[in-house]
Formats: sequence, C-alpha cells, structure tokens
Amino acid sequence: MTTKTGIGASVLRKEDARFITGTGEYTDDLSVSGQVYCVFVRSPHARALIKSVDTTDAEAAEDILAVFTGEDLRSDGIGDLPCGWLVKSRDGSDMVAPSHPAIATTYVNYVGDIYAMVIAETIEAAKNAAELVVADFEILTPVVDVATATTAEQIHENVPHNQCYDWELGDSAATESAFANASHVTSLDIVNNRLIPNAIEPRAALGNYDPASGSYTLYTTSQNPHLERLILAAFVNVAPEAKLHVISPDVGGGFGSKIFVYAEETAVIWATAKVGRPIKWRAERIESFQADAHGRDHVTHAELALSGDGDFLGLRVKTIANMGAYLSTFASSVPTYLYGTLLSGQYKTPAIHVEVKSVFTNTAPVDAYRGAGRPEATYVVERLVETAARELGVDPAELRRRNFIQPSDFPYKTPVALTYDTGDYEASLEKALNLANYSDFAKRRNESEANGRKRGIGFSCYIEACGLAPSQVALSLGAGVGLFESAEVRVDVTGSVTVLTGTHSHGQGHETTFAQVVSDKLGIPFENVTVVHGDTSKSDYGLGTYGSRSLVVGGSAIAKATDKVIAKAKKIAAHMLNSTEEQVSFDDGIFKIPDSNESLSFGEVAFSAYVPGNFPIEELEPGLSEKAFYDPANFTYPAGTHICEVEVDPDTGTTKIVSFVAVDDFGTVINPMIVEGQVHGGITQGIGQALLEHGIYDTDGQLLTGSYMDYTMPRADDVPDFIVDTTVTLCTHNPLGAKGCGEAGAIGATAAVMNAITNALDVKELAMPATAETVWRAQIGD
Amino acid sequence: MVDITITVNGVIHSLSIPDNTLLSDVLRENLRLTGTHIGCDTSQCGSCTVELNGRAVKSCTLLAAQANNSSVTTIEGLGTPDDLHPMQVAFRDNHALQCGFCTPGMIMTAIEMINDASEPLTADQIRAGLEGNYCRCTGYQNIVKAVLEAQTQLRGRE
Repeated sequence: MTTKTGIGASVLRKEDARFITGTGEYTDDLSVSGQVYCVFVRSPHARALIKSVDTTDAEAAEDILAVFTGEDLRSDGIGDLPCGWLVKSRDGSDMVAPSHPAIATTYVNYVGDIYAMVIAETIEAAKNAAELVVADFEILTPVVDVATATTAEQIHENVPHNQCYDWELGDSAATESAFANASHVTSLDIVNNRLIPNAIEPRAALGNYDPASGSYTLYTTSQNPHLERLILAAFVNVAPEAKLHVISPDVGGGFGSKIFVYAEETAVIWATAKVGRPIKWRAERIESFQADAHGRDHVTHAELALSGDGDFLGLRVKTIANMGAYLSTFASSVPTYLYGTLLSGQYKTPAIHVEVKSVFTNTAPVDAYRGAGRPEATYVVERLVETAARELGVDPAELRRRNFIQPSDFPYKTPVALTYDTGDYEASLEKALNLANYSDFAKRRNESEANGRKRGIGFSCYIEACGLAPSQVALSLGAGVGLFESAEVRVDVTGSVTVLTGTHSHGQGHETTFAQVVSDKLGIPFENVTVVHGDTSKSDYGLGTYGSRSLVVGGSAIAKATDKVIAKAKKIAAHMLNSTEEQVSFDDGIFKIPDSNESLSFGEVAFSAYVPGNFPIEELEPGLSEKAFYDPANFTYPAGTHICEVEVDPDTGTTKIVSFVAVDDFGTVINPMIVEGQVHGGITQGIGQALLEHGIYDTDGQLLTGSYMDYTMPRADDVPDFIVDTTVTLCTHNPLGAKGCGEAGAIGATAAVMNAITNALDVKELAMPATAETVWRAQIGD
Repeated sequence: MVDITITVNGVIHSLSIPDNTLLSDVLRENLRLTGTHIGCDTSQCGSCTVELNGRAVKSCTLLAAQANNSSVTTIEGLGTPDDLHPMQVAFRDNHALQCGFCTPGMIMTAIEMINDASEPLTADQIRAGLEGNYCRCTGYQNIVKAVLEAQTQLRGRE
C-alpha cells in the first residue's frame, strides 16, 4: 500500500472541504418546511417548590402554538431521563437517584432547570411569550457546597443525606497496613475545580413528526445518536426505536457534553407530534453554561505512603464527587469506574484504597467532560508523587522511575481492578526529559531569577483506560448497555467502498482516519473510501464517540468487517483464477496465486461479486458487503509524560507557560497530523483547568460564571506552541494495535501545570485555577 | 420593518425586515448562508465574524439595518472547493480546524488581520490578533501556523 494515504500517513482531512467553505451542516443550519421555534422557561432559583405555573397569558400571546409544562409530559406517559450506570454502595445497596423529569413538575433544583416550554411561529414570539409564563415558587434553601452536602438539608425526598452512593474500591486492610509500615506519608487536600465544557457549537435540536407513518425524526447535536434513540424509546417512551430516526449531522465539538440525553431534545421530539409542526431549538450560550452537564468537581483528601527508599507502599484516597441536581446519563460511572480504577497510575503501588461519596447539590448536573474521571485520578496521583519527591528531596523523575511498572511486568494487574496490557513508561519519560532539556533546568531557573521571575517545572506521568468498553465488564459494573461497536464495509460494483460506523465524528476526523484504515487494508485509493456516520437509519447500531473509543473500538469493528470482505473476495478470486482460497494471496489490492503471472485487482473481484458470471454461485451469495460487531477484550491504556515549565511574575502573579512537552504512547497512530491536533486541543483544555476555568456558584446557587465574560477559556494568546512526540507500544488485544488519543492531553496536562507552578512558588498546595490573584496571594504567603 | 439593500458575496439583496433583525440572522435565515455560525450571541466567541466593507465584524451583535448599503463577505464568498482562498488552503493544509464550527469566523478574522498589517506579523502578534475568536478544539497552534503560511502567500501576491 502506498504510504502516502495509508496507516501512519498525515493525510489531509476529507471533511475540511466543507468546513473551510462554510458548507458544513450543523443542526442549527438545517431547516424543515413549516418549522416553528421553541424556548425553554428556566428556573431563576437554585431550589424551589413549584406551587403553580400559569401559562394563560403566554398561550394568548401572538403567534403562540403551545405552552407545555412538566405535567403535560408526565400525563402523556413521558418518562424520566435515566442514568445508564447503576453503581452500588460499599454495603451492597444500589445507588439512590432522584426522579429527573425533562420538565420539572414539583420542584426546580438548579438555576436553569426547565419548568415550561413555549412553542411559537418565530423565535422572537417564543421569547416574548416565555416572559409571560408565571410560576409561583416557594423558594427553598439550596445545597451548594459539595464538601458539606451530606449534612445539609435534604434536596430530594428519596435521597437521604443527599448521597447517591458511598463506593469503595481496593483492599482497605492492606492499605492501612502499608501506611502503618511507611517511613514517610505525603498528604494533600485537593479540589478538582468544576468545569463547564463549552463546545463552541451550542446544543440544538430539530424535531419532526410524520403523522402518516407515526415516525419521528430528530436532528440533534449528539455524540451518540443510537444511544439517544435507545433512551428516548426505551426509557422516555417517545416512540418505539423503529419509529425514531436520530441524526447527528455535523457537530461542533462535544468533549463529553453532547453524550448525554438532555431535557431539551426530549421535550422537542415529544412536542413536535403535539403541535403537528417541526420544532427547532438552539441553546443560547447562557443555556449552555446553565444546563450543559458540567465536569469534574471533586473534593479529595489523598495520602501516599512511602518506604525510606522511596518505594510507594500504599495510596489512600477519599473523595466527595458532585453529581449536581440530578443524575445525568453517565454521571455515576465517572467518579467510580473511570476514576478509582486509575489510581495506580504508572506505578507499582501494592495497596490502594479509595472511597467515593457522590452527592447531590442544587447545581447543574455533572457528568463526563474530556477525560472523565481519569484527569481527576491523574491529578491526585501526580500531585502526590511530585509532592512526595519534594518532601523527600528526590528528583521527581527519579522517584517516578523507581516506582514505574516495568515493560517486563505486563500484563500488570493493579490493585484497583484493571489489567494493563502493555506500556513502556520510562521510554516516554526519557524522551520527554530530553525534549524539555531537563538537565539544563537549573540554569534556566537561575536566569529567570536574575530577571526577577520564578521558574518552575512539573511532571505528569499519566495513564488512562480508554476504548470503552468490554461489554461484560461494563454490564457487571452496572452499565445499562453493551459497549461494543458496529461497522459495515460496503463494496460497490466498481470497487469503491462505503464504510458505515456507529461512532460519531465531531472534530476527530473519522471520515479521514477510517478511510485510511480501509484503503490501506484493501489496497484501494483513499479517495475511493467514503465514511458515513451519525444516522440511525444508516449504521446498524453504535454506542457513539467518547472515552477515546472510536478508533480502538469502532476502528477495530471496521478492520474486522474489512477482513471479512477480503476473506470473501479471496474465495471469489480463487474461483476466477481456477485456484483455491488457500493459494490466493492478497497484497496491495492485488489477488495472486503462486508461480503464476495471473492476478486480479480488487475492483475486478468486486465487479464479479455483483455481476456474478464468473462467480462460485453454488458456494457464495453474490455481493461484497460485510458487517462486524467488535467487543473489546480489555480497555486500552494510553500513557505518557507531560512536562510543563512556567515562569511566574511575582509582582502580578501572572503565570506564563514557557514550555510544554507531551510524549504519549497511543500504540498505532493512523494519522499523526490528526493525533497531534487532538493532543494540542486536549493540553489546552488541561491548561484551561489549571490556569483559567472555574464554574462557580454562589451560596444562593446562582451561577456566577454564566458567560464568556465570567468563565475564562484559553484564547490563542494564553497558550504556547507545544512540543508533541510519541513512543509506541502496541495494544495487544485489538486488530489495529491502537490505544486512543482523544483525551490524553486533558488528562495529563493539568497536573503538569500545577506541579510546575507549585515548584516555582515553592508551595505545597495551590487551588485551581491558578489565576494571577491566586498565584500572587500564594507567593506572598497570603 | 426596515428596508435594506445589502451586497453579500457580490450579490445585491433588497430586504424588508424587522428593525431588530441582526446581520447574522439575515445571513443565516433570510439568505440561508449558514456558514456564519452563532456560538455565543454576545460577540465573545467570534464564530459569526464576517467582513463588512473590508472590516472583520461580529455579525451577531450588528443590526442588519446598520449594514444597509454595505458590502458583506461571508465564508461562502471566499472561495469554492475548487478555487479556495489562500487562507482556506492554509487552514486545511495545517490541520487548523477540527469540528469546523469556529473556522469560518477564524478565517475571516485572520484575513482581515493580514490585510491590515503593514509589516509581516509574528506568531505572537497573530495570537494576539485572534484574541476575539474562541476555538475549543485545536489549541490554536495549527491556526497560528496556518495564518503564518497564508500570510506568506498573501503578501507574496501584493
């Protein structure tokens, strides 16, 4: 296969032609004849009893089609929004979840919670009428502080102590014994700050109902249209799956926030049949801030026990995780299966015990945001390790090296339930140290000092579990769905190929990467492969895109289906060449038999499959189209080292990132250009968490960071050029050897930045985000 | 209602619209030029940036009436897949976009920045110049690379 477009080539992206010319089709770009508009009426209070909702004036307003309240949905049999993971508490009891109606009926539980929807001929008419909906609220005391939520007033009638679950993982007794034998214990109190994902495309929905067939079509900004359909059908009871057609067209970024099934599209798709018109809704940015699921928001006390030689003996972690007001779709799994299981990091820590209490508060629901649990775990482990090195006076790189799981240790079973298949942590550390010119750091620090600046360097040797997920493992842990992926490889009569996948691309470039995989395997031109995704009527099924799963699970399904195509094509070729299947070789798009000049191109065999004159019709069905479902045998374990160097201006507290190095092991890389782009973006979000971003509620539960003027994301001049490189150990259990790259930047970067700043300031703890004020106060000892 | 005449991508349009109609709404809804995107409604994200009489403006906070008798260029007016503007080429060639949502605004801002500069811009100046445009995907590094590359092309054409 030509190396110009195959696996490993930095092929320019197919999807860019439409995006750079403004011809992409995002949900809000679509219009259906006769469409009307919807506005949601949202609670201004963090917690209140809805005594009544009077819609009379709103209904009488100009151009209004309907005003609906939660009672309208409930009485029509519309169910609650479910959470897909049932986590059990340590005493074996099931987690406790409150009812989560799409439109609130009795209580509103966060600022932005919906209590009515208005549908009108124009968006302006809907907005005006929304002002006329009158709710009589009895305002109640909200619970906002996560650390004290279990002792605060009870929010939901069925949730004592506002506690969803009290979960644990690991060997408590072994961990206690490790601490009893330790010669040094490093401890940290850590707040993992609440983040608001902020994909630049706001969420949107366009629903349409066809009364003749009784079927619904929903265009929406979803990372997983099949899952959206499943939940709307099976739990929310909108319509049977076969009557629900969900399309995620071009989607402008997700970062986790568009995985979930939200109230808005639920209400839109239901209401479209009620009013008999297509309905469009697009979030305003304040709605994105108020009502997109937020991320992180942990309060943690963590301790690392070490021997006198610096060996890690035990890790003890206690975390309180904020779920917000209700359980979002995946919320319960994030601070448990995606967090506690990663606390071994890259290290041979023999005893680990983690307790996680997850609690409800009167804030927006919290769920997966880029990395989802793994950034929080990495932050705990890597802040502890760096702090321990400082306390012991050991080089932080050396302390890590001493405790790394070694290449000869794989497969390595951690004390927290995972089995790492492969890795070489020292290789990525060494490469990163060289790229960061670590040996000269002291010199650079002296130069900074001479200029009145404080310089610091920080490491983060992260690991993640990606490629969600082996279905049986997921199901045994309480998942409500399997987490395999499906694919279809359809060969056309003339040998071009259409690939259908159940994953969804919202920036990741699947149309390019997946085409590279298939064209490489089939030896056909890259241009001849078209990838189709995001439409429940086209792909068989799929679980969508999150958890860096698309290539490793979806791509593996595609590879498997492609192998089936090749296997059938070989049989056809054997017939055409008067040979046997075993004799036929297939390489670079050509079928050959030994000791013969005769050969067939892939296109010739495809033609014969559809025009089966010269075809083994007694043995094979005509056609050349194959499907595959791929269920991973294990998670994948991307890992690497990030090194951040900062310079702090002590007079202003301003932090400048002067260097950032990331060396990642993603296994096989299909398109290095795309992978590098994923890393850049992830690092930037990780830096955003460390330096700028913080979703803040005041004590009344009002969101203080509800706009881009108040919630600060990295702009172009907030970040440097990054130095990005890779090392490679191949995943041992999927056909591509790939591990996934989408979240690594966001998982690794935050701890590296905070380790660098605390190093520069010579302080042990520092709250995120390390704004100029925070840093300035810390360095004057305030 | 207000009557306006506006030239968009070289085509003259006469429209009668409500007084409070935003330029972005005229482009997206009346003219169906949906390449201009709405990311924040408050002129902070820059996705809606278009060129108005040669200046990059945020069309979500400009009344269409203010653009009366003006000439507007949107992303759709820059080039076609077969005949791309050098900035479009540079964005594609440098992987300066991922989800593509901020891209039209980025490209319009970047073109004005280059056109406006009397001297070639440095990477730091480009970063400062992109301050009004959010991208959540790329980390900006490849956008800066693209603008630098397009700058060479565009200045070479002078």
